[in-house]
Amino acid sequence: MADPMHQFEVTKIVDLPDFSLPGVGVIDMSITNSTVAMFLAAGLIVAFFALSTAKAAVVPGRLQLLGEGIFGYIDNLTTSIIGHEGRKFFPFIFTLFLFILAMNILGMFLVFTATSQLAVTATLAVMTILLVLVIGVMRNGANMYKLFVPAGVPWYMLILVTPIEIISFVLRPVTLALRLFGNMLGGHVALKVFAGFVVSLGALAAGGGVGLLGIPAAALSLGGVVALTALEFLVAFLQAFVFAVLACVYLNDVVNLGHHH
Amino acid sequence: MEAEAAKFIGAGLATLGMIGAGIGVGTIFSGFLQGATRNPSAAGGQFTNLILGAALTEALGILAFVLGLLILFS
Repeated sequence: MADPMHQFEVTKIVDLPDFSLPGVGVIDMSITNSTVAMFLAAGLIVAFFALSTAKAAVVPGRLQLLGEGIFGYIDNLTTSIIGHEGRKFFPFIFTLFLFILAMNILGMFLVFTATSQLAVTATLAVMTILLVLVIGVMRNGANMYKLFVPAGVPWYMLILVTPIEIISFVLRPVTLALRLFGNMLGGHVALKVFAGFVVSLGALAAGGGVGLLGIPAAALSLGGVVALTALEFLVAFLQAFVFAVLACVYLNDVVNLGHHH
Repeated sequence: MEAEAAKFIGAGLATLGMIGAGIGVGTIFSGFLQGATRNPSAAGGQFTNLILGAALTEALGILAFVLGLLILFS
C-alpha cells in the first residue's frame, strides 16, 4: 500500500541560496511545493476578483454575483459578531478566509495541501492572535486585564476563574492552528488510506480463489473514497469559515471589552 | 514489550479521545435540530453559532488526533 503520509512531504522545486537574517538565523529561501501551492492560491484569488469585477454592472452577471456574494457573506459575518466597528477588521478577516479557502480547495485538486502543514496554519494563527493582542492593548490600554477578570464575578471565584481564563486565552492560537491542520491532514490521510484499500484488495482478488471476496470490499472502499471526497469539499469550506468566525470572536473580545452587546 | 509495539498501542489509545468529541458534536447538532424543528424561522440565524460550537468541540478531538500522530512519529 502506498504511504499515506508521503503526500505531505515538502520538496524543493527551485533551489535558491540561503538567506541569513540577523537575530533569527539562516532561512532557506528555496521554492518548495508548499510555497507553489500558496502562490497559486493567492494568484487564483486575485484572478477571480479581477475577473468578477472586470465588467462590473448595476445588474450583476453570474461571476460578479458570486464575487459579491462571498464579499457580502463575510461582511455580514464581521458586522454581526464584532458590531458596527467590524468593518475595520473586514479586510483582515476576508483575506484570511479567502486564502485558507483557496488553499483547502486547491488541496482537493492538486497533490499538495498547504494547510496540512503545521507551519502554515501556525503562522496564520499567530498572526491572528498578535493582531488581537495589539488591538486589545491599543484600545484598552491597562484595562486589558479585564479580559481575564470577568465583570460581576465575586472575588473568591476569581481565584479559580482567572487562571482558567488565562489558560483558555493561551490555548486559543494553539487550537486555532491545530484545528485547521488536523482537519486537513486527517481528511487527506483517510482519503489515501481508503484509496490504498481499493488497490490492495484488487491485487488480492487478482490472485483468484478466496481472494475474489476482495472485489465487493474494494467496491465498498471505492464508494468510501467518493463519499469522503464529497465530505472533504464541505470540510474545506467549513474550516475556512470556522477560522474566520473564530478570528472575529477573538477580535470581538478585545474590541468590545467590558460592554457586551 | 517491544518499544515499537507500545508505540502503536499508545497511538491507538490516544484516538479514544475522539469519543468525547464525537458525543459533543452529536449533542450540539441534536440540540440545534430540536430547536430548529420547534422554531424553523429562527434556525437560519443560529448557523454561525452551530458551526462555532461544533468547531470548538471538535478541537478537542483534533488534539487527540495530533497526540496520536506525535506518539507515532516521534
